[in-house]
Amino acid sequence: MREVLEGSHAVSEAVRLAKVQVMSAYPITPQTHIVEALSEFCEDGTMDARFICVESEHSAMAAVVGASTCGVRTFTATSSHGLALMHEMLHWASAARLPIVMAEVNRALGPGWNIWMDQTDSLAQRDTGWIQLYCENGQDVLDTTLQAFRLAEMVNLPVMVVLDAFFLSHTYEDIDVPDQKAVDRFLPPLSPRIQLSTQNPCAIGQMSPPAFYTENRHSIQAAMEQVQGRFENIQEEFEPVFGRKYAPLEAIECEDADVIMVMAGTAASTCREVISDLRSQGEKVGLLKLKMFRPFPTMLIRKILGDTQKVAVVDRNFSFGVSGIFAQEIKAALCNHDNHPPVFGYIAGLGGRDVTPDILKQVYHMTKTASFPKEDGVWIDLNN
Amino acid sequence: MAVKDYIRQRFFPHIWCPGCGHGIVLNALLRAIDQLGMSKNEIVMVSGIGCSSRISGYVDFHTLHTLHGRALAFATGVKMSMPELNVIVPMGDGDALAIGGNHFIHAARRNIAMTAIIMNNRIYGMTGGQYSPLSGYGTRATTAPYLNIDHDFDIAEMAMAAGASFVARTTTYHVRQMADILKEAILHEGFSVVEILSQCPTYFGRKNKMGSAADMMEMFKKNTTPIGSEAKKENPDLIERGIFVQKDVPEYCSEYDKLIENAMKGQ
Repeated sequence: MREVLEGSHAVSEAVRLAKVQVMSAYPITPQTHIVEALSEFCEDGTMDARFICVESEHSAMAAVVGASTCGVRTFTATSSHGLALMHEMLHWASAARLPIVMAEVNRALGPGWNIWMDQTDSLAQRDTGWIQLYCENGQDVLDTTLQAFRLAEMVNLPVMVVLDAFFLSHTYEDIDVPDQKAVDRFLPPLSPRIQLSTQNPCAIGQMSPPAFYTENRHSIQAAMEQVQGRFENIQEEFEPVFGRKYAPLEAIECEDADVIMVMAGTAASTCREVISDLRSQGEKVGLLKLKMFRPFPTMLIRKILGDTQKVAVVDRNFSFGVSGIFAQEIKAALCNHDNHPPVFGYIAGLGGRDVTPDILKQVYHMTKTASFPKEDGVWIDLNN
Repeated sequence: MAVKDYIRQRFFPHIWCPGCGHGIVLNALLRAIDQLGMSKNEIVMVSGIGCSSRISGYVDFHTLHTLHGRALAFATGVKMSMPELNVIVPMGDGDALAIGGNHFIHAARRNIAMTAIIMNNRIYGMTGGQYSPLSGYGTRATTAPYLNIDHDFDIAEMAMAAGASFVARTTTYHVRQMADILKEAILHEGFSVVEILSQCPTYFGRKNKMGSAADMMEMFKKNTTPIGSEAKKENPDLIERGIFVQKDVPEYCSEYDKLIENAMKGQ
């Protein structure tokens, strides 16, 4: 059924359809609408689930870790400082191989208090062992959340579904909300690989001394290495039922492009328009939309970007002392590719500043006219 | 010094909703500070996150607007590095008792000299009305549309049990008492806790059908009584207000100085 929903409620609807059994959260703007809707679903009987309102985000993740350890489907949502506070528990969730799904609303970190869009919060968690999937629009949010449960439960790793603050979380769009029967066909009940059970008592979270720790970590990486293929397999099951499919990376007009622009989130929507305008003026430009950031689809990056002339990455995030985080990762992915193109990094749209078509056109023209990047990151929308 | 000299007029109008009790707390706090004749430069205000915490933007003291729940932890660092300053820590009920609950009990246990003001409106206002640890059993909130089953804390009892050497409670209806209590709390050498019942007509009031801001303040008048009153004996449900504890207990920063002095003896 088609409904007009805000991005936050696209998440809530997906969580309802996924028949999540336990969720826990702490209020933080701009995530709160997601869990407000879910707490209502729990209490009015729409969902056969429990919502736990805890005293901090650290406790929220602890509560879903506990619930997931008991073998039930779990969900939480947070943003910005809430995610930063969860950091310790994020490592736990992945190393304990728990298929937890979390909605993460990209929001800036303080001080310089700011509640608006910025990717640094989620990207700062890149080493925690969570799969990260970035969303472009409301439909993408709903579908990605549904797929996240399937993916998480296939590889026994937690998944972070990332959506832009306000541009996505609070924007209403026309969204196709699938019916329950269709979702049930796509997403069977969870059959946990690891769980506390009275039939098979086990010890979870024991010491892992030097003789075992490396192998333990290696097994997590082995699961990560399966993620891209599993995600592609999921699309083969998703498309016949729902009529839509997604790729870890989406290449738009990239085949003959001399310059390929790279970005994630809602800015990619703006860039689609910019590409279309520039193409109509005869410019050979493409867009690579990043959806999957962890695991990073390195081989696919090399395939799409390896033989173009120039790459222009737009980062709505920053790692102080280096450059934009997506740009660093793209460079690392390309460095072992023969004759790889120069990677131009641009910083734009921090703390909710809009990434306009004019900025993206400026990024394109600066990249086209320069022969080589003079610096690691150009702050393109800096006020003088 | 005129009260308006204590505020940053350029930060106004404030963000609080019409009818919010937090402006009354700001008013009484400024009057208390004015009556004490304190200089702006000897006061540090450290706040966390939430509607109440925005108060630090409006006062022209040294101000730190820190992380959610962590104001007392930051303030402990401030006080230990510059013990001569007066540290005031305004917090909300969620900020102080949920995410910051651990810092709250440990600051009380240490008895470090600072004034913790807890504006208890029983809700997370800034994020849109989710229930807090002070909402109480049987109340409603956006995350408890069919009644809350969580019980609340008694802030004063908890502060006393944790070791705070000054503990008081008042309400936004009792503005003169509020200013008087705040003066005592600021002058107290130790950890002072002042709970102020404050109305949130936008969320707590609306969700719980409590009427207007004025109606909510009338309830503060009706439902509270001075500590140890006859009325309390007749109606144990009345909430006591006044100073529960005001005692001399060795203060953390001065004890630390003594420790160093003793350790350095003979050197």
